[in-house]
Amino acid sequence: MSKKLQIVHYLNQFFGQIGGEDKADIPPRLEEGPVGPGTALNNALGEDAEIVNTIICGDTYFNENLEESKAKIKEMLDEIDPDLLIAGPAFNAGRYGVACGTVAEIAKEEMGVDVVSGIYPENPGYEMYRQYAYFVETPDSAAGMRSAIPDMVKLVKNYIDKDGELGSPDEEGYMPRGVRKNLFVDERGSSRAVKMLIDKLEKNEFETEYPMPVFDRVEIAEPLENLSDAKIALVTSGGIVPKGNPDHIEASSASKYGEYSLEGVMDLTEESHETAHGGYDPVYANLDPDRVLPVDVMRDLEKEGMIGELHNKFYATVGNGTSVANAESYATEIAENLVADGVQAVILTST
Amino acid sequence: MVKEIEKTGLPVVHVATVLPISETVGANRIVPAVAIPHPLGNPDLSEKDEKSLRREIVEKALEALQTDITEQTVFVDEE
Repeated sequence: MSKKLQIVHYLNQFFGQIGGEDKADIPPRLEEGPVGPGTALNNALGEDAEIVNTIICGDTYFNENLEESKAKIKEMLDEIDPDLLIAGPAFNAGRYGVACGTVAEIAKEEMGVDVVSGIYPENPGYEMYRQYAYFVETPDSAAGMRSAIPDMVKLVKNYIDKDGELGSPDEEGYMPRGVRKNLFVDERGSSRAVKMLIDKLEKNEFETEYPMPVFDRVEIAEPLENLSDAKIALVTSGGIVPKGNPDHIEASSASKYGEYSLEGVMDLTEESHETAHGGYDPVYANLDPDRVLPVDVMRDLEKEGMIGELHNKFYATVGNGTSVANAESYATEIAENLVADGVQAVILTST
Repeated sequence: MVKEIEKTGLPVVHVATVLPISETVGANRIVPAVAIPHPLGNPDLSEKDEKSLRREIVEKALEALQTDITEQTVFVDEE
């Protein structure tokens, strides 16, 4: 690129040096040159690029006035016509991450302008908008600015050096965008797979073409000591809810869980309960919801004295397509309630 | 969800059909279920037999909750 890359920087009210939460409601405004962390970015970029303008918007204003903010910012971007947009870094600030991601979407989708940003991987803005920007991984708080800036600068310089044709996340230092690029390779897939399997069987080094997500492990809980005294709770991801799904738990990507009373309920029936889950054939669960949440058997065991008691509430959500992050957050709340209610063990059923 | 609840120290048993998912995600106590649309049931059986089957699975789950384990354990019937 012969001339200096013209960059617009998007910041929230805090990094834009306007104020804290008290100023989170300011509408988008345009400033000349770099502001706040933009100054450090600008200096580090040197001769190759310059931040010509900074757009600042309050995080609350943005998220509560989405359409107006998007329109106003698009107008500003059209006016400036930048070569690149830098957003944030947002660290783990949720509203800010979502704002950065939304602005990235405008730039990339509507204007074909590439975006470099920085974000903490668990910030919802990353999962929601990762295909629109090259997100550098940052720590979860602004204390991470001292590493975020150099990392973002490095990525921008790579971008300039390669004329905008950045390589893979590993090569360039950004987080996966979930963008699939087709390419031709010499060896066909079946042959590569067999070779990989042979390496694996012979305990040689091999590199997977598709990394599986890594799940953490939880410390094993102590076993129940006295079953006949124990209060046991039922929880399910199979979507069993009272008939009519009063809380409207979604059939897929549940945005909530339900807490339902089992007071006086000895058996779940077609009349009393149903499944809200859209990921399996509901016929059997609807005819007899005990097939997913075994209330009838638990009541028998309770009557016989095999267990102390069945907890008088059950918890349900729909596991279909529900994100790990959401499921975890529902379960954290559910667990708090269970512990507060003196529950001693849980049977969690999944379809 | 199983793991989040277990983090509080409550023993949890996962009664699940798709074992590879439960194992990979990392539930500690797992009891295999019958089928996805009816994990604790079998519509091909009579009502009485089905309830018997359900009870077997629940009893296995309760057994799992009382069992001291040192690693992820799938509780299957001894053949």
